[in-house]
Amino acid sequence: MRNLQAGLKSPADLELMRKRLKEARGRRENYLAVCGDTGCTVWGSNTIKDSLQDCLKRKGFLEKVDIKFTGCLGLCESGPVIIVFPQEIFYQKVKEADIEEIIDKTVLKGEVVERLLYEDPTSGQKYIYASDIPFYKNQVRVLLGNNWINDPNSIEDYIAIDGYKALGRALTEMSPAEVVEEIKISHLRGRGGAGFPTGRKWEECYKASSDHKYIICNADEGDPGAFMDRSLLEGNPHAVLEGLIIGGYAVGASEGIIYIRAEYPTAVDKLSLAINNAEKLGLLGENIMGSGFNFYVSISIGAGAFVCGETSALVSSIEGKVGEPRQKPPHLVERGLWNKPTVVNNVETLANVPYIILNGAGEFCRTGTKESRGTKIFSLVGKVNNTGLVEVPLGITLREIIFEIGGGIKDGGKFKAVQTGGPSGGCLPEMFLDSPVDFEELKAAGSMMGSGGMIVMDEETCMIDVARYFLRFLKDESCGKCFSCREGISRMLEIADSIARGTGSLEELELLKELGSAVKDSSMCGLGQSSANPVLSTIRYFEDEYKDHILENKCPAGVCRELISFDIDSVFCNTCGACIKNCPASAVCEDKEGQPVIIQEACSKCGTCLETCKHGAVLKR
Amino acid sequence: MQDLKGDLSVLDKPVAGNNGVSLISAMHDIQEKYSYLPEEVLRELAAETDTPLIEIYRIATFYKHFSLTPKGKHRIVSCTGTACHVRGIEVVNTEVSRLLGVEPGSTTADGKYSLETVNCLGACALAPLVVIDGEYYGNMTASRIRKIIRKHDKKTEKTACSCSSSAK
Amino acid sequence: MINMILNGLEISVEKGTTLLETANFYGIEIPTLCHDEGLSSYGACRLCLVEVGPPGRSWLVSSCTYPAREGLVVRTHTRRIARARRMLIELYLATCPSSKTIQDLACQFQVTAVRFRQRHDDCILCGLCVRMCDEQMQAKAIGLVDRGADRRVATPFDKKSEQCRLCGGCQYICPACQARCQGPQEENPICNACLNLAPPCLEEYEDAMCYMDPCVACELKGNN
Repeated sequence: MRNLQAGLKSPADLELMRKRLKEARGRRENYLAVCGDTGCTVWGSNTIKDSLQDCLKRKGFLEKVDIKFTGCLGLCESGPVIIVFPQEIFYQKVKEADIEEIIDKTVLKGEVVERLLYEDPTSGQKYIYASDIPFYKNQVRVLLGNNWINDPNSIEDYIAIDGYKALGRALTEMSPAEVVEEIKISHLRGRGGAGFPTGRKWEECYKASSDHKYIICNADEGDPGAFMDRSLLEGNPHAVLEGLIIGGYAVGASEGIIYIRAEYPTAVDKLSLAINNAEKLGLLGENIMGSGFNFYVSISIGAGAFVCGETSALVSSIEGKVGEPRQKPPHLVERGLWNKPTVVNNVETLANVPYIILNGAGEFCRTGTKESRGTKIFSLVGKVNNTGLVEVPLGITLREIIFEIGGGIKDGGKFKAVQTGGPSGGCLPEMFLDSPVDFEELKAAGSMMGSGGMIVMDEETCMIDVARYFLRFLKDESCGKCFSCREGISRMLEIADSIARGTGSLEELELLKELGSAVKDSSMCGLGQSSANPVLSTIRYFEDEYKDHILENKCPAGVCRELISFDIDSVFCNTCGACIKNCPASAVCEDKEGQPVIIQEACSKCGTCLETCKHGAVLKR
Repeated sequence: MQDLKGDLSVLDKPVAGNNGVSLISAMHDIQEKYSYLPEEVLRELAAETDTPLIEIYRIATFYKHFSLTPKGKHRIVSCTGTACHVRGIEVVNTEVSRLLGVEPGSTTADGKYSLETVNCLGACALAPLVVIDGEYYGNMTASRIRKIIRKHDKKTEKTACSCSSSAK
Repeated sequence: MINMILNGLEISVEKGTTLLETANFYGIEIPTLCHDEGLSSYGACRLCLVEVGPPGRSWLVSSCTYPAREGLVVRTHTRRIARARRMLIELYLATCPSSKTIQDLACQFQVTAVRFRQRHDDCILCGLCVRMCDEQMQAKAIGLVDRGADRRVATPFDKKSEQCRLCGGCQYICPACQARCQGPQEENPICNACLNLAPPCLEEYEDAMCYMDPCVACELKGNN
């Protein structure tokens, strides 16, 4: 038998390796998937994994049961998460003390440990199997599904689940033009935000004549509140890599670059390992699988600049310069990295490519809406019960995402708005809950798809505060080149601050709208043009809240510090003194009767008293 | 100043897509070595790569990851992403600033702690999130961060003592 | 040659021409603060906006950086442009009110009031000085450092630059710090600095001397 570890010389070699791997795996279908994503590791999944291993070793089952330290399993809220295969029994909030029981009962006997099961936050119903939990049941996990069965550090795992099969097919059975055509038919649209058709982008680059071309994977996920790309890269780096190689083949590039944020060190490590492993097997480098196609991949690490997500700024940053966007045209296809034709694709876009090539564009088109096909990963965060990573078919309604998958609003609160699209997007109110989520619908509503951050807000979130938050973010993150973006954002923040302090006027509100639309019209790059969206969308849907601040000097959500005050209700207070002890500003004192009172002048309105009072005696108004 | 000169081995690495040198990756390496970007080293980098000094200074000030002043011994990084904001990171930040007596972005006078903010660490499900010396702390509140910093203070004091005693 | 439509006229220009150059060639005046013929285009001041694309699906671009393209439809004086430009000039006035160049612009576009909090900066970060220093003087002594609202013109490490030859090119080209208006003075309602200059706006607007409304200079003139 040939030693395949020395390198795969043809797709047939790859199939042979896959067959062997599958056979070896078929005998060991018992395994435990322990979530190894950042969320769960913070809750201690590292130690859980180690003690699982110890426990299995002690009992002498290490040979029979595999432990996989996987990428994100999705339900970050309930970490650390373990799924026991083959039954797919789902355990949440696992502690070290539970491990022995899990192995004794579930792994060895197939029994269920009742107290570790997931409980629906609204109905209180308990679920045994992962696929029954509403959070998973309503998702279509085309890209994330593999996280359950895949160790991201193992290329063998990926090959065993038909990894690199699409690459083999593309290289031997399809011409570059046919690959481009297949992607065009699939209607795949860029998942980074704007939703430009990937097929058209590739076609332009394919047609450009040059001795050298580049394909760049944009992993500079700068949107606050979004972590889809990080999880994909940490959970299934080979899928992204395979997509990048196929893309390189299609557009005629011989070099691929992955531009990734410095804030994601784990993803960088896993990706480097994946590149190394692929090179060793001959899936990257010279003459890939005997096809004559050469392709090399390198990683370029960013240095903390949101604006580098903009493609021309990204290219400038890879060249080692300051990341300032430039006017387009000339487009990157005409003048890109080192002045060569360049195509830039988002992580999730590339991860979709192997699926399309393997299953055909027709299969991909079966999910989604007419203009937006396939699935989209969202990071569902904020005031929602099941925070985590969800993958849904495009065209699903916001209500389904937030209430069925997300399990509703945290602590029984009331839904107020959902923010999509990061600093370029907007806040959508309740009236949009039943409208489908796709590129066009969100844009028409004044927001955008963005890279997929979805931040749920309840009645305790102040919309002016949200607008100010994004303006502060952009004031800091704008490159500062355009006067309209730099000065416009500063001035919008100035007005929003004044409104939040209760010193604004209706004229200022009008000025804010006027300024917002001028900034939108006159800035150079996409980030500047969309920088007014958070302000304009909150004014559009929550103008009454702005007016409450201006006319009544009130913040209905109780967030804007200048407009709220804390008081102690003597009826509920039992003078335990917790507020006095904990107040960081020493603003709570006892009066003559020993009753705690808040000295308003000294109060910093941090809310510590409200947080520490066990009797509900602290009131916020 | 200790030997800040003569160590530019970082420049041997080729840059993606070209045979030149990527200033950004060189500066990453310099920062990793010294924990900040010392002026002397940057001047040498400019001379070595034949780059105008102003270009180096622009890069060092443009990217938030780079620092031109030494960082504290322990780094407290609080995430100011949207999810963390909505769940109340600001209260936590005010509390940390009050405890340490410094504003975000600066270092305490004794050089023990530096307080930084970052615009999203991509672990939004844990919001609000604070990272102390690489260790993540999720679901943070003002009273919890107070306890954590106090505990951290005690722990580092102890290790500092044992270090100095073992050095003898 | 490239054929395109400028304000409804079919025209042709040489390849590599920008929209600003095209418009100027055809005698259409477009205001700008960061453009100079001897320097590369930068596109930072955003005043030279033109509208490109077919009506209904058009967008605004800075004409100094946008290359002429085959079949492009360009309009230079639309209501949308005027609205955005007037807002920008108002922002300039609110930021850097004592620049004579900005006052003249305000006057030309009839921006008479500032609704924002008044600041008194002495730089609009147009980058002219930086390009002058780099491209004409070959010194590279200054640059635009930091980012966002903290962006500023500086020398390396904010120390005296070894590359600077004190040529004064940066001062010469600055639209904000040359000929600064001192505003109304105690002894005289205008500072008179502008009287020593030939302000460009006078050619078009004979009665305009000062951005203030009512214009102090005009009132004086009327009284005489």
